[in-house]
Amino acid sequence: MAVTMKRRVYLDHNATTPLHPAVQKAITDSLGIFGNPSSFHAYGREARAKVEEARTEIADFIGATPDEVFFVGSGSEANNTVLSILPCDKQSCACKMKTAQRILTTRIEHPCILESAKCMKRRGSDVVFLDVDATGKVRMDQYEELLGQEGIGLVSIMMANNEIGTIQDIRTLARMAHEHGALFHTDAVQAVGKIPVDVRSLNVDFLTISAHKIYGPKGVGALYVKKSIPFCPLIVGGHQERGRRAGTENTLGIIGFGRAVEMRRIEMADEETRLLTLKNALRDHLAREIPNLRFNGHPAHCLPGTLNISIDGVEGEAVLLYLDLEGIAVSTGSACASGSLNPSHVLLATGLVAEQAHGSIRISLGRDNTHEDITYTVKTLKEVVRRVRQMSTAYTSGNPSHEVR
Amino acid sequence: MNDWVYTEKVKDHFMRPRNVLSDDEDFQDDGRGMVGNVKCGDQMLFAIKVDPSTDTITDCRWKTYGCASAIASTSVLSEMVKGMPIAKAYKISPKEITQELGSLPEHKIHCSVLGDKALRAAIDDYYQRTGRSDKIIKDEAKIICQCMNVTDHEIEEAVLEGARTYLELQEHTKLGTVCGQCQGEATRLLEQYIQKHFS
Repeated sequence: MAVTMKRRVYLDHNATTPLHPAVQKAITDSLGIFGNPSSFHAYGREARAKVEEARTEIADFIGATPDEVFFVGSGSEANNTVLSILPCDKQSCACKMKTAQRILTTRIEHPCILESAKCMKRRGSDVVFLDVDATGKVRMDQYEELLGQEGIGLVSIMMANNEIGTIQDIRTLARMAHEHGALFHTDAVQAVGKIPVDVRSLNVDFLTISAHKIYGPKGVGALYVKKSIPFCPLIVGGHQERGRRAGTENTLGIIGFGRAVEMRRIEMADEETRLLTLKNALRDHLAREIPNLRFNGHPAHCLPGTLNISIDGVEGEAVLLYLDLEGIAVSTGSACASGSLNPSHVLLATGLVAEQAHGSIRISLGRDNTHEDITYTVKTLKEVVRRVRQMSTAYTSGNPSHEVR
Repeated sequence: MNDWVYTEKVKDHFMRPRNVLSDDEDFQDDGRGMVGNVKCGDQMLFAIKVDPSTDTITDCRWKTYGCASAIASTSVLSEMVKGMPIAKAYKISPKEITQELGSLPEHKIHCSVLGDKALRAAIDDYYQRTGRSDKIIKDEAKIICQCMNVTDHEIEEAVLEGARTYLELQEHTKLGTVCGQCQGEATRLLEQYIQKHFS
């Protein structure tokens, strides 16, 4: 089949990222390393050295010590692990959390937190969900009030939201949780490697990182657990990772993860300034070219590369697929793309009506994006929106649907 | 680029939708219907011109607020019905539309194929306008699963196709796969139709 080569623009970096060339090289250079890091012989020691090198790199990057960082299979696993320590009832377990079984989290967390919270609820923990304001920030008055409830054992609040990019004031949130005697976890999967994160200054007890969001490989993540904080593993049956996560370490993944973090350490600051400039250009350009747009999320406290828009009168999946046909990759909060009937829980939590969530598009920029990409995207999106609005029952030019109906 | 989410025919209709109602065009319809709800993510408008001497659809237009398969399925429907007697058009099912398209991803069929319902609403409107309200089939299918738009008629059809358990009914219709509230009523209907046809 003849395929015309079109410009291809990847604008879905919050979903996943391509491997950094340096990461590719680190992994391919290491393909011969097969020893089990737990083995005492030379093969094992070679692999162990690589794993520990990566651990140190990652620990340094977030201001932790290497023994506070352990490797897991994904950000989701790290998040599940943290939430599962609450209802632990093993007699011998170090976590000793039996008296404080209430979890406090937000309505805008990643499904891996929301679903494991619900799972904990079925196992007898109590789960309380915090609301957010129109920009996606936790409402401090409500937070203070809910922290005052009996038995809050754990607070879990994401640092930066994957859909709208809103960044929470984790330092304050963690301080308040500690004042009420609760442990504090933050899912920092979208934050680490994009904005500065220092576990000591934030003073969190647990923090989740994922490799593939920052140009590392899929299938590897890390969990920071502050020294002397109660912990019990989710995956048991081996002494790996100091008994905190059984299973032979994903050596190649960890090597790639370490190199990805190293590259972030070198490139992050400059790149994020560049991405913010690109995003602002994109935002201004879109606002000029396409009428009846709404920008979602916090205007200032937002990930540098994340832009979430609601486009009046269009359904997001149609826009996504028209853009895909033009080589542009974005994501949407529309229900049609999610396999359920409900549009984005994050956008609904910020107070958008269902049709604004159905008509939402998330653009997340990354290190390969250029000004030409932005120009091409605006031009293409403008044309796509024009076409989709033309066939829409919910849009008459100048009259967005939810005003006329 | 390799495999698209949808078949070539869906892609073709999605990229070049036929018979879309343009705001600039003065389409004098004889019947017009709208179904669905923007809140649920799908809304469909269908407008028809009818030759009164033969009760045949001569032309049609549509609009939708919906996903790619909503666009493609209505586009293909608009080609199917031109020249079709309204009595026949009245009976077009989502399955026939899907067949005409080749196929659609399973989970898309029930939530996005709304064209047949919009078309029926347009024909009803035509009957109304021409003083033949008696032709309107009042015995409209009743939606049992609100989430996936599955009607009692479709449950009956699934039973005729071999569904005998709630799980098989779900496999056939995708009913009850979102909120699950309809399980009780669906199970009751399932038993009722099995009784009716097979005992």
